[in-house]
Parts: sequence; C-alpha cells; structure tokens
Amino acid sequence: MHALMHQFIQYVEDYLKTKDLTPGGAGNIFWAAVYILLVFGGLSVAVIAMNWLERKILAHMQVRLGPMRVGPHGLLQPIADAIKLLLKEDIMPAEADALVFWMAPLIVVLAAFTVFVVVPFGPAHAITDMNIGILFMLGVSSLSVLGVVMAGWASNSHYPLIGALRSSAQMVSYEVAMGLAVVSVILMTSLNPTGTGTLSMIGIVRAQEAQGTWFIFKFFPLGLIGFFIFAVSMVAETNRAPFDLPEAESELTAGFHTEYSGFRWSLFFLAEYSAMIAVSSIAVTLWLGGWLRPFPNLLHGATWDLAFSFIPGLTFLLFAAICFFNVQRMPKHPLFKIQTMGLAGFGAVLGLIGLVMFVPAVRDRVADIFWFSAKVAGFMYLYIWYRGTFPRYRFDQLMKVGWKILLPMGLALLILTASAGFLEAPIKEWLHRL
Amino acid sequence: MNPPVATPFFFYLLAGIMIIGGILVITRKNAVHSALALITTLLAQAGLYLMLYAPFVAGVQIILYAGGIMVLFLFVIMLINMERSMKERQFNKRWLVGIAAAAVLGGLFITVYTKGKDLFPNGRMLYGESDNTQKVASLLFDRNTGTYMFAFEIASLLLLVAIIGAVVMAKKRI
Amino acid sequence: MDALLHISTLHYLVLGAALFLLGVIGVLTRRNVVVVLMSIELILNAVNLNLVAFSRYWQGAPGHFGGPGALHGQVFAIFVITDAAAEAAVGLGILIAFFRNKETVNVDEVNLLKW
Repeated sequence: MHALMHQFIQYVEDYLKTKDLTPGGAGNIFWAAVYILLVFGGLSVAVIAMNWLERKILAHMQVRLGPMRVGPHGLLQPIADAIKLLLKEDIMPAEADALVFWMAPLIVVLAAFTVFVVVPFGPAHAITDMNIGILFMLGVSSLSVLGVVMAGWASNSHYPLIGALRSSAQMVSYEVAMGLAVVSVILMTSLNPTGTGTLSMIGIVRAQEAQGTWFIFKFFPLGLIGFFIFAVSMVAETNRAPFDLPEAESELTAGFHTEYSGFRWSLFFLAEYSAMIAVSSIAVTLWLGGWLRPFPNLLHGATWDLAFSFIPGLTFLLFAAICFFNVQRMPKHPLFKIQTMGLAGFGAVLGLIGLVMFVPAVRDRVADIFWFSAKVAGFMYLYIWYRGTFPRYRFDQLMKVGWKILLPMGLALLILTASAGFLEAPIKEWLHRL
Repeated sequence: MNPPVATPFFFYLLAGIMIIGGILVITRKNAVHSALALITTLLAQAGLYLMLYAPFVAGVQIILYAGGIMVLFLFVIMLINMERSMKERQFNKRWLVGIAAAAVLGGLFITVYTKGKDLFPNGRMLYGESDNTQKVASLLFDRNTGTYMFAFEIASLLLLVAIIGAVVMAKKRI
Repeated sequence: MDALLHISTLHYLVLGAALFLLGVIGVLTRRNVVVVLMSIELILNAVNLNLVAFSRYWQGAPGHFGGPGALHGQVFAIFVITDAAAEAAVGLGILIAFFRNKETVNVDEVNLLKW
C-alpha cells in the first residue's frame, strides 16, 4: 500500500518535472485523462454559462429583463432547461431511418468535442500538441457537416431536408474561406527568426511570441483582413446569426433539427455552443496571441508582468462586487429570502476564487489560462451581440458573400502576405540605409 | 521520442473496423448505410495512417475524404430518389463471375505475399513525427529537393477541369 | 504467433489487398451506381494504404532511396486523394445527368445500344 502511494507520487512528480511538455507529448496517460476531464468539465460549464448569458444579454439588448424567476436573476434557468429536456418524451418520426436518426446528433457532438484535444490553454496546457494541430481542428470540425446532412435526411420530412441541404452547403462554402485565412497565418509563422513554420497550435502561439507581435497586427492591415475573413466565416460555419437562415424559427421551423426533441435536441444545442467555442479558440490562437498577455512589447518588464498578473483576481472580485450590489437591490420581501441568500452565496464563491488567485503560487500558473479564456469569452460576447443586432441574410446573399466576396479576398490576402513576408527583410534593410 | 503503445491491439482493431466497414459498403441495400460504413472505413484508415507516422496524410484524409467527398456522396444520394431501386434486386446477374474473378485476384495476392514474405523484415527504426509536414512540404515545394512540383501543378489543373466538368454535367441546359 | 503480434509492413500490405478485393467485388457485382462509385473509393484507399506503408518501410531503410526524408509514398498518397476527389465529383455529375434522363440508378439498365 505504501509502495503504491510512493509509486503514484513518483509518477505525478515525473510528469510535473517535464514542465514544457503536454501530457500527450510526455506520453503520460494518467495526466492526459485528467486534462481530458478538466477540459470536458470546463466545456460543459462554459456551455451552461453561455446559455444563461445569451438569454440575459440578448434580453438586455432588447430592453427587457430575460429569465428572472428560476434562480436569482435566472441563474438556475439552464439547469431547469436541462431537466425539462431530459424528461421529455423521445419522439421518432414514422418511416424515419432509425439508425441514421440516432447517429446524427452523435456525430455532431463527437465532432464538436474532439477538437478540444489540441486547443492550447497555455504553453504546456493542452491535452496533446499534434504536429498537424490546426489541420486536425479544421478537419474534425468539418465532420459535423456529415451529422447535419444525416439529421436532415433521416427526419423524412420537407423542412428538415431543405434546412439540412442549405445548412451543409453554407458550412462547406465558408470552410473554404476559413481555410484560406488560416493558410495565410501559417505563412506568417514561417517568418520566424528560427526558420520553419509549423501547423501545431502551441507552435503558432510561440511563433507570435518569438516575432513579438500578435498576428492580427502583423503586416498591418493584412493580419486584420485575415482576422476579419475568419471572424465572418466562423459565424457562418456555426450557423449563428446573421447566417442562421437554415435554423431560424420564422423561416424553416428550426431547419434540420425540427424533428428532434428532448435529449437529442439538447445534443445538437450542446454541439452548436461547443463548436462556437472551438472556432473562437482557433481565432484566438491564430490571431490574438493565445495565452499571451496584452502589450507584451510596449509594456514589458517585471513590474508590468506583476501588474498584469493581478488582473485575474481583480476580475473575479469585480464579479463578486456586482453580485453583492445586486443582492442589496433585491426586493425586501420574505418570499425573496432564499433567492437573496443564493445570490449572496454565489457572490461569496466568486470572491473566494478571486482571493485565491492573489496567492503568488496560483498567480503565475493561472495567468495563461485566464487570458485565453478571457479572449474566448470576448468572442462569445461578440456572437451574442451579432445575434441581437444584425438582420438575417437571405440564402443567396449568404452564398454570394461566401464565394464571391470572402474567397477572392482570401486569395488576394494569401498572395499579399506571401509577398510581404518575402519583401520584409529587403525593405527593412533599405529603410536602414536611408 | 515515445515508443508506441499497444501496436498490435490498435492495428487489429482498426483493421477489423476497416474490413467490416468494407463488407457493409458492398452489401447494404440502403445507399445511405453504405455511405456511413464507408465513412467509418475512411476514419479507421486515418487512424492507420497515424500509426504509420504519417499525420499529414491522416489530416488530409479526414478533411478531404471523410469531410468532403463523402458529403458530396450523401448530397447526391439525398437528391436522387432511390426509393424504387431499393426494392429491386441488388446484385446483378453475373455476380458469380465477379466473385470468381475476385477469387483469382485473391489467389494472386496470396501467392505474391507468401513467396515474398522475406522481403519485408521486421524492426525498422522508429522515426518520430515532429516534422512530417515540413518534410512533405520540402518534397513538394523546395528548390533543391522538390521533385513533385510539376505533379502539383498538374493536379491543380486536373481539379480545375473536374470542377468545370462536374458543373457542366449537372446543368439542366448546357 | 509472434509473426502475427509484431506488426510489420506485410500486415499493412495484406490489409490493403483485402480492401482491394472487397472493392473489386463491389464494382463487379452491385447494380447501384452510387455503391459502385463507393467501391472504387475503397480500391483507391487500399492503394493509398499500400503507398503509405511502403513509404514508412523506406524511411527506415539505408541507402540512396531510403532515409528520413524518403516520403515519396506519402506525397503520392496525397495526389491519389486529390485525384479521387476530382473523379468522385465528375462521376457523380455524370450520375445526376444520367438519372435525369432515364430515372434509374442501376448500371445494367444502361443498355440503350444493346444489340
């Protein structure tokens, strides 16, 4: 028993000694399993939070309140929704192909969750760092098109079939534009002082670190245009507003997932949110510098590092302060006592997490994950903002934007990026001699 | 580099999935089921490519084959009304001749592989996969070692011809 | 038993041959055009598996054709995949054009010129 404990501690220490290898790189199965559980758990919490945030933020943008009843300020609404969906009756349309009907949400969920194997939360905080990281992410997220097509076909009804055809045509078209934007970034990684480019996600962020600039600002405005192409394509790829014609309720009665109810529908919904988080992670890693803190060059030095390392704790303390502000705004009625106590407890938990983040040992390690998550959270807010602001694109306008506008822009961007990379050294030398 | 783990288990698992998928492809009445079985076979093949330390080919297989070509197949199967043909006979009249020809071919394979068994010794050196993409790129694009540049350009011309051909073939009025 | 457990190049070649045989049977015996096209994809995949297995074999071999950069098989496999995509697109276009004319997807009903 003692020997077993000793071996276990040795195993843990062996991994922690290899400080800059991911568990996949160090060949460590136990830590890979731990990371997988952490990523899966974090993703589930993120999807639940996204559900609540979307309803509240959309409501406030439309000058109404959103869910307020279920928990304090509707905080328990996602849990109530989940319980309702799990208890619903499982309906399968008559004459639907049972095998394909059952497999379609499974494929979409698998495709949406498997991409998180290579997402880098920090320099060694990915489940594994594949040599072909970005290729793997683009490829596996294109497998969700298969699930959509199968869902539409298996429902054996008109609206889902048309919705599935439109949705998959849209996803495939915007994948091309996404691919071109990604290729221009990979080109920029090869302009490293150390020679060759790389497809691995951690390698791309390290290339930004080595070149001293986030790729969104490189060869201004080329990086910005690439980011813009990718940002538009990723919204269209995940079938979100303003590109959500295939699944909008007023157009096609929910498109390819019309005939799905209860648990199967919640799988589609889960997959949609985690696909949003996945493509936002790609955008953050490729253009916004992954886990690097803002202004690494302008504000460099040990004191600025220390100042920026306080920001995670301060953010959580700010959330706790907002909670306590809302606690004292709650109606002073005996029926609201439990809700007020719940909100105060939630605020206390957030404040505790914030205080824990001030401890020096935690402060260094949590910075990478915090900056990555903060940037992805910014993208999630943008998604919700787009949904509340833009009108819907008609389908032919959608396809026109994808093929006739974004694709030529991507090609031109690729040529210009290659030329800029090629001419960078001679132009610098020429400017030096002036 | 890490030594590989449980190679025979994964090889036989993936090989089994591929063979079963292949058998399902050629025997299913419903074309959509055949397409799904083919997708499973292609994904298992991507796994085998990873075992052969070819991650770039595995990625290309997943993106192009499973995520592109099979989506095209599924579109066409959905757009064509196959209700009537699913109720008909699935195998043609000369199926016995077909299986006999395949058996002769199988006999040829068995002869070649049993006589040439010693040409493929075990235990080659292990190469890590840390720069597979860069090596493939240097074979395609590098000035000194790029022997496949011409083939690359011809392949892009082939794809252009295929795009024009497919669009013209499927138009209603040319 | 030891030969079965130690996975060598021959294992991959035999698997490729088995897939090739399955594809050939599919092409020769099925009536549905889409299934015939899918069997052709099986054949191409078997060929790809052979190519990549041999490229791995040559990576470990000494000499002029071998060495760590001898990835000719993998490059060839990428070209075969590209080729298969083009062929599938054109083949399915022909299928759609044909279906529009004759309302059937069976290969042995394409016998307008039969004597």
